[in-house]
Amino acid sequence: MGTNPILEVTDITQQFRSGDQKLTVLDQINFSVEKGTTCAIVGPSGSGKTTLLGLCAGLDRPTEGQISLNQIDLGPLTEDQRAQVRNEHVGFVFQTFQLVPTLTALENVMVPLELRGTNPKEVEQDARELLNEVGLGDRLQHYPSQLSGGEQQRVAIARAFINRPKILFADEPTGNLDSETGHTIEELLFDLNRISGTTLVLVTHDHSLADQCQRIIHLKNGRIHSDEWNEQSETKAINQ
Amino acid sequence: MLSFFSGWSWKMAWRDARSNKKRLFIYISAIIIGVAAQVAITSFRDSLNETINNQSKELLGADLEVETEQPFPDTLRSYFDELGGEQATITEFPSMALFPKGGQTRLSNIRALKGNFPFYGTLETDPVSALQQFKTDTSPSALVDQTLMTQFNLSVGDSIKVGQVTLPISGAVTKVPGETAAASMIGPRIFIPHSMLDSTKLVQQGSRIEYKRYFKFEDDREIAPIESKLDSLEESLAMDIDIETIEERQEELGEAVGNLGKFLNLVGFIALLLGGIGVASSIHVYINQKISTASVLRCFGASSNQTMSIFLIQAIVLGFLGALVGTLMGVGIQYLLPTLVSDFLPVDIELTISWLAIGLGLFTGTGVALVFALLPLLALRKASPLYALRTLEESITQLLSQKVKWTTYGLIALTVFGYATLLTESWRAGGLFTLGMITAFGLLLLTAQLLMKTVKRYFPSHWTYVWRQGLANLYRPHNQTATLMLSLGLGMLLVSTLYFSQDMLMEELDFATRDDAPNLIFFDIQSDQNEGLNNLLEEQDLPILQNVPMVTMRLDSLRGRSIEAVDEDTTTEVRGWALRREYRSTYRDSLIDSETLLEGEWVGTADPSEGPVPVSAAQEIAEDLQLEIGDSLTFDVQGVPISAYVGSIRKVDFQRVQPNFFMLFPTGVLEAAPQIFVTITRTADAQGSARAQQAVVQEYPNVSAIDVSRILETINQFVNKISLAIQFMALFSIITGLIVLGSSVATSRFQRVKESVLLRTIGASRKQIIQILAVEYLFLGVLSALTGLILSVGAAWLLGYFYFDITFVPNGWVIVGGTVLVTALTILIGMINSRSILNKTPIEVLRAETT
Repeated sequence: MGTNPILEVTDITQQFRSGDQKLTVLDQINFSVEKGTTCAIVGPSGSGKTTLLGLCAGLDRPTEGQISLNQIDLGPLTEDQRAQVRNEHVGFVFQTFQLVPTLTALENVMVPLELRGTNPKEVEQDARELLNEVGLGDRLQHYPSQLSGGEQQRVAIARAFINRPKILFADEPTGNLDSETGHTIEELLFDLNRISGTTLVLVTHDHSLADQCQRIIHLKNGRIHSDEWNEQSETKAINQ
Repeated sequence: MLSFFSGWSWKMAWRDARSNKKRLFIYISAIIIGVAAQVAITSFRDSLNETINNQSKELLGADLEVETEQPFPDTLRSYFDELGGEQATITEFPSMALFPKGGQTRLSNIRALKGNFPFYGTLETDPVSALQQFKTDTSPSALVDQTLMTQFNLSVGDSIKVGQVTLPISGAVTKVPGETAAASMIGPRIFIPHSMLDSTKLVQQGSRIEYKRYFKFEDDREIAPIESKLDSLEESLAMDIDIETIEERQEELGEAVGNLGKFLNLVGFIALLLGGIGVASSIHVYINQKISTASVLRCFGASSNQTMSIFLIQAIVLGFLGALVGTLMGVGIQYLLPTLVSDFLPVDIELTISWLAIGLGLFTGTGVALVFALLPLLALRKASPLYALRTLEESITQLLSQKVKWTTYGLIALTVFGYATLLTESWRAGGLFTLGMITAFGLLLLTAQLLMKTVKRYFPSHWTYVWRQGLANLYRPHNQTATLMLSLGLGMLLVSTLYFSQDMLMEELDFATRDDAPNLIFFDIQSDQNEGLNNLLEEQDLPILQNVPMVTMRLDSLRGRSIEAVDEDTTTEVRGWALRREYRSTYRDSLIDSETLLEGEWVGTADPSEGPVPVSAAQEIAEDLQLEIGDSLTFDVQGVPISAYVGSIRKVDFQRVQPNFFMLFPTGVLEAAPQIFVTITRTADAQGSARAQQAVVQEYPNVSAIDVSRILETINQFVNKISLAIQFMALFSIITGLIVLGSSVATSRFQRVKESVLLRTIGASRKQIIQILAVEYLFLGVLSALTGLILSVGAAWLLGYFYFDITFVPNGWVIVGGTVLVTALTILIGMINSRSILNKTPIEVLRAETT
């Protein structure tokens, strides 16, 4: 365990009920992620990656165990309190981009800060700058349907970074893109991580994307199969 | 609900709505027609009440009306003199009028007028000068109802013969204050000078005459003391004195208008409810499409209330806009209503803008849109941010607990109950309406589901792909089949029940066209005219089907107690009207084929000198008088008391065209009493009928004739006019049903697009896609129409069985015609709304529709 964790996952178990059957999707997961690092969660389909990501981001409650995000224990918080935590500390990037189809690129980016009640002028200024940074300065008033997949994901990244999140969760961020566009998105994500010091947690099938992360957590059948440090080339065996 | 008022929610609601304005408006459009109906009716009701209040004096034409059935006795005359003021007299009775120019006759309402009636409002004539001419007594003339003038092609100067008097026509009566145009359909009005009354020789034994005196008081005197004085005179003179004041007339009319308005309002409310269901269905589909948006917002920190507020605001604002459009439309429609009902209104309505109606329209429209959108909106609060990562496959309302769902249904039922109670001003009526609607909706859904199951089960599996796919489309996920069957089916149910009931009644009344049925009745035949009249008819080769003597009498005592004593006795359930009415009885030595003995024994001859005579009471009057075999009765036969007892009780088929009697006497009792005769015959055609009437009236002017086919025509006109007004209101439901259809098609277009594109991608031709869609709408139309029709046949049968006492046989053509019409409309609207799917390439459609 690191000394300055932004995300701490302790003894997480997630079970679903399907008829009379209990289905254990995640079983006794423990790990923590340090500030500013990049971490990939990989594993075969059905291994529980997305479920784990959802729990870490406070989108769902675990059946057992404890999660704290930026030293805030998510357990006792109500749904709306967790929403507030997400608004202040978390950014998201989804495989299917998940832009609001009825909002323009600019408005999509503005949403997280508008929710906070920040001065609209400032919000718009920030959003324009971010869209410029991701190379979409000339697409501000376009609706998602008028943008290509890569462009949509860049808007999503701008939206994810506008609230200066301490941690960014990405679910297969390049999963719906061709390799060239995917590569651009990867670069953008890691650049922004480096510049703003945001912790990056991403779920992926893509080995080349995972390999760029400092740490790779491998899930199998709802358990951590391996947890490797990439950059320092040190491998930590995890006692499960 | 602070988030509802937050700027962010409103901003997001606007941003989200701006690119789908048209689509959203379609969702809400279903309530427009219902609101329009509400506003139109409420506004019209308001205007009518206002008019009645403004024209209250014109309704009676005087400050007070006193009416008796006998000539005013001296005591009453001297009291009238004492009262002073300005007075006018009308002696009113039914009689045949003959128009010598063309020889036509018609049973009319004759009014002999003396004085300056009406004191308020005007008796409108054409030409206007005719009234003045009529009132100058120097050369007596008559004013004839416009309907008669038109019917017989009469003009000013032609003659009219009433009884023994022939007068020139000075003009047509176009409007009598306080009377409806429909009144002239029943008895066309003919005014003659009072001075000519005696010369008509029509006022004689057995005539039914109303003596009316009108008063106008210059001083604002209290009417109440006059009323109580007249009440005491009624007592001491032992005669009926009816009093009518302006307030009473106003009240009666206000009540009638209120009842009609309430009824029409409820019919209109059904359209609004249907619209509500349409809104619920559209919003449901819409919210389902918004789950991912809501989840993403939740991921970025929006609270559940904030996300719900966005769509709540949209529902309220759009509901308000829909209500606004409906309200404006309703204000316009109000101007169409007078033409529908003017024949039944005794006043010329002054239409005004009713702010109450407008407020009510805006409020209920918005309210209905909100209440019916509540379920999916509440479900949206339950949408987890997790759905941004994983798509929710089921319908969003599955997220709600049963408790929340039933509470919402309860709230909807409570809203319906509350509003219906407000409309009818009776919680009982409101409750019955709500229960009725719940039952109707339940039965419609049940029938619809049964029909669909049957079709699915027995559908031939070897039919072509197009047919199978069209049918399968009705079961696609998130389908709106039930909503459509409900809304179209209910519209169909309403209209066809109305139609069936009307058809059933008219069929039953259509006795005149039956081959052997009597169709011409002569009555008020004096004893000395009876033989001559019968000879006259025989000369014309007309059969005397019946020739019945009639003796008028009143009840004097019942079971040994005077009728006054029985009437005042609150412990008995004897009906007052049955005690006080004038009985027209006949005597015979046997029962006829329309009568069946129920109890006791029929005695054909009796001798009053040997003690009380046995009479036979009809079942209905026996019930109202609580008669049992052996009960004693005393009749006052025009001054002569006759003791009788109930010898038998018999069932009478009152629906036959012939005189039927409550009390039937044996022969040997009433032969010497003053009596009049009724003769019934049958003519082959209208000309024969006119000839016979003409001949009789020429010879016996006091005898009146009823031409049954004319009566039938009048009833037909009446029923048509009334049902036109009701059908007009039911039409709102049909239109709403079609709008719901249109909006449902628009709402579920995305699904259809996906299916069509998929099919086209794997090689379906444009023609096949069109066929599949057409088959889907064909099924939808046929099944909805049948759902409504099946239930309306049931409703009509119940109405016939319990209410009209008629066995209902559905008209097959109505069923076939109704089904074809509704199906054709469904296919037409469905295809029009789907044409964009067909005219574009798959990729174009996908790009456009996914935004």
